[in-house]
Amino acid sequence: MERSIRKWFVIFMVPTIITFLIAFLIPFLMGLYLSFCDFRSVTDAEFVGFSNYVRLVTENKDFLNSLRFTAAFTVVSVVSVNFFAFLLALALTRGLRGTNIFRTVFFMPNLIGGIVLGYIWQVLINGILYNYGYSITSKAEFGFFGLVIIMNWQMIGYMMVIYIAGIQNIPDELIEAASVDGASRFGILKNIILPSVMPSFTICLFLTLTNSFKLFDQNLALTAGAPANKTRMLALDIYNTFYGRVGNEGLGQAKAVIFSIIVALIALLQLYITRSREEEG
Amino acid sequence: MISTKKTGNYALTLLLILLVIVFLVPIAVVFINSFKSKFSINQTPFLPPTTDTFVGIENYTSGIRDTGFPMAFFWSLFITTLSVITIVVFTSMTAWYIVRSKSRFANFIYYLFVFSMIVPFQMVMFTMSKIANVLGLDNPLGIVVLYLGFGSGLSVFLFVGFVKSVPRAVEEAAVIDGCNPFQLFWKIVFKILRPTAITVAVLNAMWIWNDYLLPYLVIGSEYKTIPIAIQYLKGGYGSVDMGAMMAMLVLAILPVVVFYLFCQKYIIKGVAAGAVKG
Repeated sequence: MERSIRKWFVIFMVPTIITFLIAFLIPFLMGLYLSFCDFRSVTDAEFVGFSNYVRLVTENKDFLNSLRFTAAFTVVSVVSVNFFAFLLALALTRGLRGTNIFRTVFFMPNLIGGIVLGYIWQVLINGILYNYGYSITSKAEFGFFGLVIIMNWQMIGYMMVIYIAGIQNIPDELIEAASVDGASRFGILKNIILPSVMPSFTICLFLTLTNSFKLFDQNLALTAGAPANKTRMLALDIYNTFYGRVGNEGLGQAKAVIFSIIVALIALLQLYITRSREEEG
Repeated sequence: MISTKKTGNYALTLLLILLVIVFLVPIAVVFINSFKSKFSINQTPFLPPTTDTFVGIENYTSGIRDTGFPMAFFWSLFITTLSVITIVVFTSMTAWYIVRSKSRFANFIYYLFVFSMIVPFQMVMFTMSKIANVLGLDNPLGIVVLYLGFGSGLSVFLFVGFVKSVPRAVEEAAVIDGCNPFQLFWKIVFKILRPTAITVAVLNAMWIWNDYLLPYLVIGSEYKTIPIAIQYLKGGYGSVDMGAMMAMLVLAILPVVVFYLFCQKYIIKGVAAGAVKG
């Protein structure tokens, strides 16, 4: 059969490959090359070696500050989102009445776009802070926790759905047998449920890690980096470097390369660690 | 024992109901404020409108006028629908070819697709929008091409995972019946792929409908999608008309929620299935 399929290469493969080249592969390779160039519009690129990368660490602290802020935000969001999502998944797999309604509501914010989410929470947080004479852009901490709250509100339902799928895969007999044998609820959780949801945990960790680290829309809408760029995450810093002022395109592209390498490393490392844990368990 | 379990369940249900309220409050607040005068929103967003602050649908009319919301809705719908259909049609065929042709080249392409999944958009954003300009893809039809290209990684990956689990016996019987691969795919294989097609459609629709940066950079100066229209309200003026903002947020959320309530079974299943395979 392989041979007759291969005759249809043009129809099955070519449209996808050509658009993939245009929208991803060529821009990616060009971007990689341009990070070693000085340029304004791609066609006027002049090779400058590693100087963009040198500027990235020496010129100002923007990138490193954004990196620090992004890393802190990612850690807090990943832990809180997964913790609450798992608790909700446990609560919604006990056959309570109204489970479907609960699930529907908790998942809903995930369908709302980042820009819209950012402005919704800007109003709420400003409304609360107003009573104390502040606004969300008064202090970097406000923006930080605002972003964490948005991330939780948006992602908890999504991760909960994945954890629920994992918990429902556990055969009922397994849990029944354990409770007949006198296992405590905590024992069941620790010895049966937790090991069984490890694959769900892997994917949830992957999704929350990469989504938190790459966050852009919510950041742009909620604070746009204010005050004084202290709440500017990496994606927004790269965007501002490119489009804020003419002349920094090379620097922006170098930042984007470093950003991509960090994202790839996080993703691969995390997949490697949790996958190897899964196999042990 | 049984009674303590029951009270436990009641307490848990009560807690969950409280949480539901917490989850819905933000949307309710935006809705209420969309009927209040713009100056009363920043300071007292948690109060219902009074006779002084109630402005009827004024925020909606001014917001629609400033953002051109109906056109933004149309472009969002147009781009999302067309892109999702294109992605499902082409990436399913590509995935099936990759698995069944067993060619080395197809396999190599597959690894490129997987690789593209972890590369963040910022890496290609500048060069991609320049290329889109040069190739004349900076219009609502051209952007569909970009979405197919940039979205193909995840979609091909999900389809390949599923095709691998489909037994070949069915397909071989059809070949004996005289189907060519194209007929075979659309008459038989695609029906088997339907659950994954739904997953791919849901994940891509969620992404494209809400996507801000790609359409902003490529077509933003001429065509606004909903996220661009919302962000446009902030604009360069410095101060934002909070009333219009609230009204436009309501209009942005409403179609999504209605669509969700009708299709939530597919959406939740699709998302869960996509994650399990991912």
